[in-house]
Amino acid sequence: MSDAVDAVRPGRAAEPPVLELQQVRCAFGDHVVLDGIDLAVARHEVVALIGASGSGKSTLLRTANLLEHIDDGRILLTGEDVSDPRVDADRVRARIGAVFQQYNLFPHLNVLDNVTLAMRLVHRVPKGEAERRGRELLATIGLEAKAGAFPDTLSGGQQQRVAIVRAIASEPELLLLDEITSALDPELVGEVLALVRTLKAQGATIVMATHEMPFARDVADRVVFLDGGRIVEEGPAREFFRSPREERTKAFLARVLSG
Amino acid sequence: MTEATSDWRPSALELERRAFRKRQTTRSVLVSLGSTAVVAVVLWIVVAGTPGAQAVRTSFFDLDVAIAAFPAVLEGLWLNLRVLFFAAIGVVIVAVVLAVARTLRGPVFFPLRFLAAAYTDVFRGVPLLIVLYLVGFGLPGLGLFPRMDPAFWGTIAIVLVYSAYVAEVFRAGIEAVHPSQRLAARALGLDHGQTLRRVVLPQAVRKVTPALMNDFVAMQKDVGLISVLGAVDAVRAAQIETAHFYNYTPYVVAGLLFIALAWPTIRLTDWVTGRMRAREQVGSIV
Ligand SMILES: Nc1ncnc2c1ncn2[C@@H]1O[C@H](COP(=O)(O)OP(=O)(O)OP(=O)(O)O)[C@@H](O)[C@H]1O
Ligand SMILES: [Mg+2]
Repeated sequence: MSDAVDAVRPGRAAEPPVLELQQVRCAFGDHVVLDGIDLAVARHEVVALIGASGSGKSTLLRTANLLEHIDDGRILLTGEDVSDPRVDADRVRARIGAVFQQYNLFPHLNVLDNVTLAMRLVHRVPKGEAERRGRELLATIGLEAKAGAFPDTLSGGQQQRVAIVRAIASEPELLLLDEITSALDPELVGEVLALVRTLKAQGATIVMATHEMPFARDVADRVVFLDGGRIVEEGPAREFFRSPREERTKAFLARVLSG
Repeated sequence: MTEATSDWRPSALELERRAFRKRQTTRSVLVSLGSTAVVAVVLWIVVAGTPGAQAVRTSFFDLDVAIAAFPAVLEGLWLNLRVLFFAAIGVVIVAVVLAVARTLRGPVFFPLRFLAAAYTDVFRGVPLLIVLYLVGFGLPGLGLFPRMDPAFWGTIAIVLVYSAYVAEVFRAGIEAVHPSQRLAARALGLDHGQTLRRVVLPQAVRKVTPALMNDFVAMQKDVGLISVLGAVDAVRAAQIETAHFYNYTPYVVAGLLFIALAWPTIRLTDWVTGRMRAREQVGSIV
């Protein structure tokens, strides 16, 4: 997994952000979910998206992954405009890893096949090579013994860890995580979050929607608060939680931290 | 996992429960044997007591006729089997294409969607016998095709009708696959076709396997209808033998052979259905 670490470190002014949203707008009928979002994510940066249920966190991640239409604005991946309809969306998605809240794994494939499917079909890695790498990745999360098991025989935490490993198997430039622990029992949350910490330590670039405020504070470099389709406030994680500036942010944090 | 402790002995309570369960089992077996015997005897008395019982026995259950007609009917069944084989392959291919066509989104695919929908509507509505007559006598009459065996046209007719049913079964399966599975596949970079082939269809087929096998059982006996086109299959052979012996026993022979053909699939269907239910259920008792 260490090959996921890029030799390039931040600080080179010329390097474009890995992901950049410019004035992104997304509406379902009359319901404007994203109303002019501007967001830039640098290489090796971990950004946490927080906001009330329905504030558009999942929608934002899906638009970044070209799984949702946008009504206006641009999406740039390492400087390339991928919201251009002439761009091959499948090729773009192959450069981005994504894990959703639940139902991530394919129930008809065993764990190893789940991890290697995209390597083989999309990245044309030969079967033997893909399986070797798949086992290696499973070993890093202590699940090499489960390579032949089917997803429904795994615990929720194990399933989500396999889903994360599957997402990073093809060494994506960007990892999108959408509330990957919210369907889990509390005692299983820790093992999944530990894996995210490891990925951060290895230099992954991550945008994650989360309800786990302590985790966002400890792991994220930056926190972005979404409300009413806009970014209301953003800032370095510790500062953001210690002294939020906006009234709406304060109200939201008071609500989630008390309950 | 908990290890079994080596010095464990069933408690008196558990021993008593086991003895009770054993008594229960013995009692159930006796009751079912008894009730089966009673039903059999009653049926026998009722049927044997009817005024025409003797006549029916000689004209439908004549052992000598059965033995004499058996080889011809069996040879006819071989034709049914071959038709079944090719029809099954044809049905699966056409049905998958139809089902996929009906699930395509977007205005470009409107004509395809419409045609597929019209096809399934029409061929689920028309009786198989009528399709057989139209295809078997109508299509060769056009003079467009080289001369073909009646069994060939029979196979085509069966494929036309059954693919319409099976397409609907596949479509139900495709729609039962959770949308997030499609999303997860596309997020990995799989294109539309790869997602369909490697993620959606395999799951869809698993979901509808019992229904598909049920349609296969129905098809196994409907291949007997190709006899109306003059193909010498088991039914037609039985008809010829019946005329020869002035006795209906060959039809009974053909019927029994069709049951023998279908029985393994029927049992297999039950077994597969049961196994799938067991897999999806967590509580092993209820
Ligand atoms: N395909 C869709 N069609 C119509 N409305 C949609 C669709 N997808 C999302 N929405 C709406 O967009 C809004 C934002 O949804 P989204 O799932 O992005 O919220 P979220 O911030 O992820 O919420 P949660 O914390 O509950 O996951 C919601 O009001 C939702 O109803
Ligand atoms: Mg969400």
